[in-house]
Amino acid sequence: MKRIFPILSIFTVILLAYALYEALVVAPTDAQQGDVYRIIYYHVPSAWTAFLLFFINFIASIQYLANAKPATKAAVKWIVIAIGVGGVVACFLPPVQRMLPTGMRPSAVATTVLLIPIFYFLIGKFFPGERLDMLAVTSAEVGVVFCTIVLVTGPIWARPVWGIWWAPGDIRLTSTLVLWLIYVSYLMLRRFSSSAQTQMLAAALAVFGALDVPLVYFSIWFFRTQHPQPVIGGGGSMDPRMLHVLLISWMAFLCFAFLVCWSRFRLEVLQREIEESHAMESLGSGSAKASLPLSRSSR
Amino acid sequence: MNSLWSVILATMVKDIRLEWRSKDALNSMLFFSLLVVVIFMFSFDPLAEESRHIVGGLVWVGFLFASVTSLNQTWARELRNQVLDAYRVSPAPANALFLAKALGNFIFVAVLEALMTPLFVIFYNVRVVGPAWQLLPIAILGTWALVVNGTFFAAMSLRTRSREIMLPLLLFPISIPAVVSMVAGTTAILTGEESAHFYTVLLLTYDVVFTTACLALFGMILHAE
Repeated sequence: MKRIFPILSIFTVILLAYALYEALVVAPTDAQQGDVYRIIYYHVPSAWTAFLLFFINFIASIQYLANAKPATKAAVKWIVIAIGVGGVVACFLPPVQRMLPTGMRPSAVATTVLLIPIFYFLIGKFFPGERLDMLAVTSAEVGVVFCTIVLVTGPIWARPVWGIWWAPGDIRLTSTLVLWLIYVSYLMLRRFSSSAQTQMLAAALAVFGALDVPLVYFSIWFFRTQHPQPVIGGGGSMDPRMLHVLLISWMAFLCFAFLVCWSRFRLEVLQREIEESHAMESLGSGSAKASLPLSRSSR
Repeated sequence: MNSLWSVILATMVKDIRLEWRSKDALNSMLFFSLLVVVIFMFSFDPLAEESRHIVGGLVWVGFLFASVTSLNQTWARELRNQVLDAYRVSPAPANALFLAKALGNFIFVAVLEALMTPLFVIFYNVRVVGPAWQLLPIAILGTWALVVNGTFFAAMSLRTRSREIMLPLLLFPISIPAVVSMVAGTTAILTGEESAHFYTVLLLTYDVVFTTACLALFGMILHAE
């Protein structure tokens, strides 16, 4: 495993450099926005990566909570299976298809729904027990970094194109900001919580945050939105060459995020091993001291 | 079912009696929100027409900040004399305790709102243009939205260092959709420019979702030690 890490690092650096070259040189200039639009190749892949990481955090947190009792574990497992099957079937029913926004293909939605059980079982298989919590903290931290990139590049792009830095009524802008706030408060809780039950509290907060996101979305829904329609699966349109560069860029960002997550995860594992050994050491020395007078008196 | 209600009632009556005798939470909340009203009055100095647009936001920001002072005391009160540990070992259902605390906080914040709303009306010369009775469901649902999550997060922040600071840090990000709906709904009614129906439904959804989530997870939080 240790040999894969440097190889993957070199691969990621090459991929990032290639993506930058494609974004700056190969991709065609936008007819309306000019060269300013090229920030999309950093903005959008960061956003997708951040959302993916938050999604992983949510799945890991729910699974951590569910594993507390065998009964809830089984129940949540069947609920996840039901969501997967029901979601895929529902996407091909005519009344549901009519509710989808125009341009969004039912098969695309079905694939996305199918990702929920797939992620759930994969994460459960590869991250048993306490490792679920380590995955949750890793994905939240790296997700917040990528979300920060989105929130910084967004206004830089908006200023020349929309004429304003920030559009308070915009639905995706505001919900990304709220998502960022929720996950920062999640990290704060982890930092401030001193008890042994931090993992449980943090997992509960992550579930609350995930429940909050759709409500945030609807609460801003009433305002007119300034953002372009979603490019993939939505009604917006994009030059195929641009889309090609965007996907390469996303792949580079995913590799980069994976690398960062990997090293952060290893760090977390090592940190907990150290904490555990410290705890064992103090337990051991404490019992040695306690047993000393006893052993003397017994003599 | 009967025992659930008796536990809820007993705990709630105990909290209200404690509050009636000390008046700690209510006094600090009232004075705090009075300060908010006065400071906002000096910083904005609005005309009647403007005030209709901003007063919805001011009222709810004042209540949000003030309710945090009450929510912080909810569980901290039980830490003295190890009352919380007694709750943990008692056979009473955890959710009864949670509902009692949430209802108690609801009553405190409702009393605060009833006393402070006239002051806002006087200081800002508010005259309602839209249907005023619709403010009542928004106030009830909005207060419950603040209080139910606040009670839950107050229990959560008990386990952290500097818990008084932790509660707003956890509560405010999650409350954003509720606050947006309360403020936008109130402004819609005050100005009479649009219908507040959408926001009322959204608040109701928020309340149902988070009350369910709190009840599902509270046992875990209470016994986490």
